[in-house]
Amino acid sequence: MTLLSYAKAMNRALADALEADPAVCVFGEDVGAGLAGLTPGLQQRFGAGRVVDVPLSEQAFTSAGIGAALNGMRPVIELQIPSLLFLVFEQLANQAHKFSLMTGGQARVPLTVVVPGSGSRSGWAGQHSDHPYGLFAHVGIKTLAPATPTDAYGLLSSAIRDDDPVVLFAPAGALGVREDVTAPLVPVPIGAARVHRAGSDVTVVAVGHLVHQALAVAEELAGEASVEVLDPRTLYPLDRAALVESLGRTGRLVVVDDSNRFAGFAAEVLAVAAEECRLLAPPRRVTRPDGAVLPFALALDRALQPDAEQLRDAIRAVLK
Amino acid sequence: MSLPHLADPAGRYRTMRLIRSFEELALEWVRSGLVVGGTHPYSGQEAVAVGVCAALDPADQLTSTHRGHGHVLAKGADPGRLLAELLGRVGGLNGGRGGSMHAADFSLGILGANGIVGAGAPIAVGAAWAAQRRGEPTVVASFFGDGALNQGVLLESLNLASIWRAPVVFVCENNGYATTLPAASAVGGSACGRAAAFGIPAETVDGMDVEAVRAAAGRAVERARSGGGPSFLECLTYRFEAHHTMERRFRLSYRAAEEVASWRERDPLATDLPEAAAIDLEVAELLAAAAGFALASAEPDPATATDHLYASGLRPRSGAAL
Repeated sequence: MTLLSYAKAMNRALADALEADPAVCVFGEDVGAGLAGLTPGLQQRFGAGRVVDVPLSEQAFTSAGIGAALNGMRPVIELQIPSLLFLVFEQLANQAHKFSLMTGGQARVPLTVVVPGSGSRSGWAGQHSDHPYGLFAHVGIKTLAPATPTDAYGLLSSAIRDDDPVVLFAPAGALGVREDVTAPLVPVPIGAARVHRAGSDVTVVAVGHLVHQALAVAEELAGEASVEVLDPRTLYPLDRAALVESLGRTGRLVVVDDSNRFAGFAAEVLAVAAEECRLLAPPRRVTRPDGAVLPFALALDRALQPDAEQLRDAIRAVLK
Repeated sequence: MSLPHLADPAGRYRTMRLIRSFEELALEWVRSGLVVGGTHPYSGQEAVAVGVCAALDPADQLTSTHRGHGHVLAKGADPGRLLAELLGRVGGLNGGRGGSMHAADFSLGILGANGIVGAGAPIAVGAAWAAQRRGEPTVVASFFGDGALNQGVLLESLNLASIWRAPVVFVCENNGYATTLPAASAVGGSACGRAAAFGIPAETVDGMDVEAVRAAAGRAVERARSGGGPSFLECLTYRFEAHHTMERRFRLSYRAAEEVASWRERDPLATDLPEAAAIDLEVAELLAAAAGFALASAEPDPATATDHLYASGLRPRSGAAL
């Protein structure tokens, strides 16, 4: 039995990509030391010219990644803190994402941005605990949130090979997940959801680390209801076909999403269900509150994130 | 090999005349409503684009600004396709998807005009870094105005270029105003002082003199190509027209008429080249043909509005009701 951790899976995806394609390079703060857990050993193996320690200039090095991508490289940008995404929103939303259209298809920007430890890290307070994947999905940037080590490997591999900018959220709550891996690690297509557990009464759409919470709750409720756990894996473009197919069987929907409620990812899932499906009960979502800022104290930090009890209640509510 | 169309004084004059006449035609087309939106005229600053591009090789690259027509034409883009782009036609450089502020021709190393002040600089640094990594001799010129001197990302870019010894020539076109704000009251310290602070050789040059710009750019390009890292040029210049074509409607008076007149006396197109008159005629004919091409180019089909949104070919969901 080989237990593979989420962080190790990402590290392996980066190593395999660097090995396979000389155009792949990594820009990030402290990537040589591997501080964020993604890049240990890579600079020693591939050199400081490909695994590049950059100064604390997120805007410039993200845009430098765009420039390098325009000249044929496939840069991976590591941002240690999810809130740094706010700092580089201009570079990603207004530059990287728009180049292909604005140039009439002359340019492509194969840039991957990875955020190891997105969402709450327990005790890192307001400016280190966000989960702004909805913002990137909203502007149309390919947005990924793998829940398991094999999906982390597979989606990061696909992101690096993709010809468009991609932002990959590696939730802090999933970084400790280990998986018994027997099959070879392979790329996972962008835009394909995964059913982790089949069910017939209710579909729980769970994002990122909450997939594991959803699976635990589904197991716990096994005597009461048959719960399907659907992991979108890619938040944008959303695998609407998989969602519609699942809801066609269950007719009931709960979304559990560790991001802000208003205009959030869960809202879009509910909108798709409302437009494209005939539900048997009003759908429910379990999210952070509107406009949440996570407070420091652990009890307060936890109080604003979706928990198992809320999910149980929501499932029971749609089953009534 | 330098750009053949800028190899001699006549070629440089021809290109400056082309830019000036192009901008005059574009202004006319904006006023008549043929061009929707507007443009940021480059008139007055021609010596900067032409002088810098005269020091570049065909394989060299550049990033441009919202006031980008001059850079794009100086690097050799087809004026007919640039005009078609202003008209939003399929024959435009960007297929009508970019317009004046995003004109690009990657086949000529023109990595795009950019609508955000200062945004081209870090892109230039990354492009130069990539070329350097692969052992290519490419130099990237990054144009920006005095307004960009106060963008944080520009300062970050100077630092990155310095520590990477990236083959970049930073070209600050100091035309005295960030839109309406005088550089004198907006720039603490100086343009060259910013570069010097990051260990980048910097010089101020007369941006109304194409030969002076070419000489300074030549030194900077040589330094970049021989592994000496980035350079910074501050080109003192002036825009003869409004910041953008919308400004004409507002009749702003932030620049004294005498000031405009005194700079016009230093017009970079003033020349004693004997062949100037013949070149002017030649350019007029070239531009007439370019205008003909642009006007004859087809309007894009609305059904193609989301084409090229994704390089990978992903098609977005429609915004229409199901």
